[in-house]
Amino acid sequence: MRSKPTRASSTDVADAVGLERDLRLVGQRVIRHDARDKVTAATAFAADWAMPGMLHGVVLRSLYPSARIKNIDATRAASMPGVAAIMTAKDVPRNTLWTDVPGQTTAVGSLRAKLHVLAEDRVRHQGEPVALVAAETEEQAREAAEAIAVEYELLPGVFDPAQALEPGAPRVHEEGNLLAHWRVCHGDVAAAFARAAVVIEGDYRTQFVDAAYLEPESGVAWIDSDGVITIRVSTQVIEHFRDVAEVLNVPQNRVRIIGTYLGGGFGGKEDVTVEVYLGLLAWKTGRPVKMVWSRQESLLARAKRHPFRLRYRTGALRTGQIVAQEIELLADAGGYAYLSALVLLYATVTAAGPYRVPAVSVDARVAYTNNVPTSAMRGFGAMQVVFGYESQMERVARALGLSPVEMRKINALSRGDTLPVGQVVDTHVALPELAERAWAALGELTPPRAPHVKIGRGLACNFQPYGRIVWLHDWSSAWVGFEMDGSLVVRSGVPDVGGGQASSLCQIAAEVLGVPLEQVSVYIADSALTPLAGTTTASRQLYMSGNAVLKASRELCEQLLKAAAAVLGVDRDAVGLADSAVRTADGRSLPLPELLHACSRMGVPRSHLGVYHAPAGEPVDLEKGAGKVFPDYTYGAHAAEVEVDTETGVVKVLKLVAVHDVGRAINPLSVEGQIQGGAVQGLGYALMEDVVVEKGINMTTSFASYLIPSAVDVPDVRAIVVESGEGLGPFGARGIGEPPIGPPAAAVANAIEDATGARLSVLPLTSERLARALGLM
Amino acid sequence: MIATFSINGRTRDVDVQPNQTLLDVLRDTLGIFDLKEGCSEGVCGACTVLLDGRPVSSCLILGLSARRRRIMTVRGLAGDGELHPLQQAFLRHGAVQCGFCTPGMLLTGLAFLERHPNADRAAIREALAGNLCRCTGYAKILDALEAYARELNGRG
Repeated sequence: MRSKPTRASSTDVADAVGLERDLRLVGQRVIRHDARDKVTAATAFAADWAMPGMLHGVVLRSLYPSARIKNIDATRAASMPGVAAIMTAKDVPRNTLWTDVPGQTTAVGSLRAKLHVLAEDRVRHQGEPVALVAAETEEQAREAAEAIAVEYELLPGVFDPAQALEPGAPRVHEEGNLLAHWRVCHGDVAAAFARAAVVIEGDYRTQFVDAAYLEPESGVAWIDSDGVITIRVSTQVIEHFRDVAEVLNVPQNRVRIIGTYLGGGFGGKEDVTVEVYLGLLAWKTGRPVKMVWSRQESLLARAKRHPFRLRYRTGALRTGQIVAQEIELLADAGGYAYLSALVLLYATVTAAGPYRVPAVSVDARVAYTNNVPTSAMRGFGAMQVVFGYESQMERVARALGLSPVEMRKINALSRGDTLPVGQVVDTHVALPELAERAWAALGELTPPRAPHVKIGRGLACNFQPYGRIVWLHDWSSAWVGFEMDGSLVVRSGVPDVGGGQASSLCQIAAEVLGVPLEQVSVYIADSALTPLAGTTTASRQLYMSGNAVLKASRELCEQLLKAAAAVLGVDRDAVGLADSAVRTADGRSLPLPELLHACSRMGVPRSHLGVYHAPAGEPVDLEKGAGKVFPDYTYGAHAAEVEVDTETGVVKVLKLVAVHDVGRAINPLSVEGQIQGGAVQGLGYALMEDVVVEKGINMTTSFASYLIPSAVDVPDVRAIVVESGEGLGPFGARGIGEPPIGPPAAAVANAIEDATGARLSVLPLTSERLARALGLM
Repeated sequence: MIATFSINGRTRDVDVQPNQTLLDVLRDTLGIFDLKEGCSEGVCGACTVLLDGRPVSSCLILGLSARRRRIMTVRGLAGDGELHPLQQAFLRHGAVQCGFCTPGMLLTGLAFLERHPNADRAAIREALAGNLCRCTGYAKILDALEAYARELNGRG
């Protein structure tokens, strides 16, 4: 099957604001500047960097998931050849990294999540950093790290979040194992269940998975000639310069982070990775230091996606209308908090799905264990719950004899509805259309290739917030300015994770300012030299920094056109910028360089700094359902066709159609790429990916044992881009980074049930699990 | 020991340790960063180079075993300022996202299509099984390789 990307404006969005037409570059399938650099391998990734006199840094990690550190003896290691520095917790000026988590419930209390830079008197998970070594070569550094004698006293551990919450469980942290607890209580759930004609109960489990970007965590740090600690690193968050400064106890303006183009992030490079260690070693030795984590190290110790246990009880009327959802979530945080409380908040807010449900209760908890820590990963809690709510939707539809599409149409949210947390949906929801189109695009049913092979189809929808929680008061800034020759410069502190974040900014600026895309240079992700733009996380960068660039470009356009009108002696309304020139209504033109020189003479600035503030709000009490939590949501529908070998339980996905209302596709090539790539990550989650952790020991620390989809494991995903123009981003765009990863697991599970009658409720949906469900073993 | 390597048509004498992999020789000793290190165990394909025209995982072979054999990296693809038609196909079809797998994908795809110019999409897919990509979902990479195959066959 050839992938046939389809792009069409939404036809069923009568109440949408409509798309701005007559755009020259926005909406075009433009070739990204970074792609040109990448096909020639000109891009210098973080590990493709070297400095004269550079040392190599490594991390010594805990062998055990739960132990007391009785003593660390580094005398032998320190005397080994090439060793320049060894650091343990006592050598770190401030050994704690903090994450503020807003709005905890009284059950837990307010929380400042903390993490030790290096372990002090105990370790809480296998792979926890214990010591640092810098040496002349990486080999010498590794040998010295192995020679550090760490005396451990093993402690009892707890490896299951339910057991962690039982009385008497070993305490991972002094304050207890309940890390966060969120509740939603909306409507009279008991009364609603009493009205229901059908009640379906489900108990689902999802697994640990790894972000598995192909580029391991890496960077180089040096003390620059001005004394500033400078760290060139692969990160989604250049604002971690503040964390490095905090740890080193130096002013924040003495640390600079230069973010590289990333070899993938997917949330795994949102928390700090190597930058704090690099900062410490460069500060300690005064020399440049490089640190590259191995794949095995990354798989062993980096934060994973949270495993969830999801219990659903869903009540519906005979008509198919869902009247009640009772949901219990329990997630595994592993040994440290990282962003777990926020991930759980996303899950709590989205747990009932993109549906109008009059009565909802959610009780969500996340507990510390001595497993590998969990934190941000594409989808951020709003993903795990899709497997729960879309499995339930399918089962209710089957119980009532409704088609999957009808079931979604009956229950889909629409503008004006209120989410269980009290947020009013104030943009268009194209869900019925998305579901219809996904289902229809599956086309003819594939005939089974043998009598024991069964074909089935499944549908799953989702919604994913884009932009940060409104009470975090998110903002971004961008500088747009012309050089004297009419070439354009964009500066914004945006990390580009590979999604085309930087290129989209160029498209927007070039569109507004009437220059060819080739005349734009963009400088990104330098905490000292580019205006700060916030994190490349939460599907926020196009929305936030796209708006900042749009604002800067429009203001710049306005100040230049005012000057042009004065130069040409016409009204402001009679001039415009196009093809690198000022054009007047009466057919005259003034080349841009001439206008720019005139601006210099007149004292009119040739640049503008734009700051975009997202709609902000005060923290809401989720339980009481008081208001807005996220700026907006992106909606999607995926339809899958699978073949199941009923003699072996082997599942093959034959077709996957992924439809999302992206508001507006700035670059359809990039949007389709996000959808196809996200959906394939979702298929990996559905079918094969599984970080196996046994009593805290990670059994899958290589790409030979932690399997991600290869080209032969997945079909070509057909991406269908719907544009309602209803997003809060530039030109009506919505975020599309995270949303496509959500639906595949549920769509495949629903298709397997369609093919075989067997309902699988534990991810991944392996042939072994299906064989058991089919009674084959 | 000093060994002679032929890299993208240029001969280089390099001081190589017997235990160095070809990846280490190219990246660490010679500063040729065209190939990427993704897993160090021959699974991901990011470190692919062509050795006498055949794709190999440079993390799995010793540097010395590549002596006097033709080594090609991505820099060997483009002519003077002109992109190779396969690189152009990757751009046109949006086959590049983060770009970390791209060098390996280009070289594996090129080597395969030179040997099998009439390969269909299914055969190209099989040929890519040893090159992982975490961003694209493979569809656009396959689009690009298929388009290049059509070009090779004058059907473009």
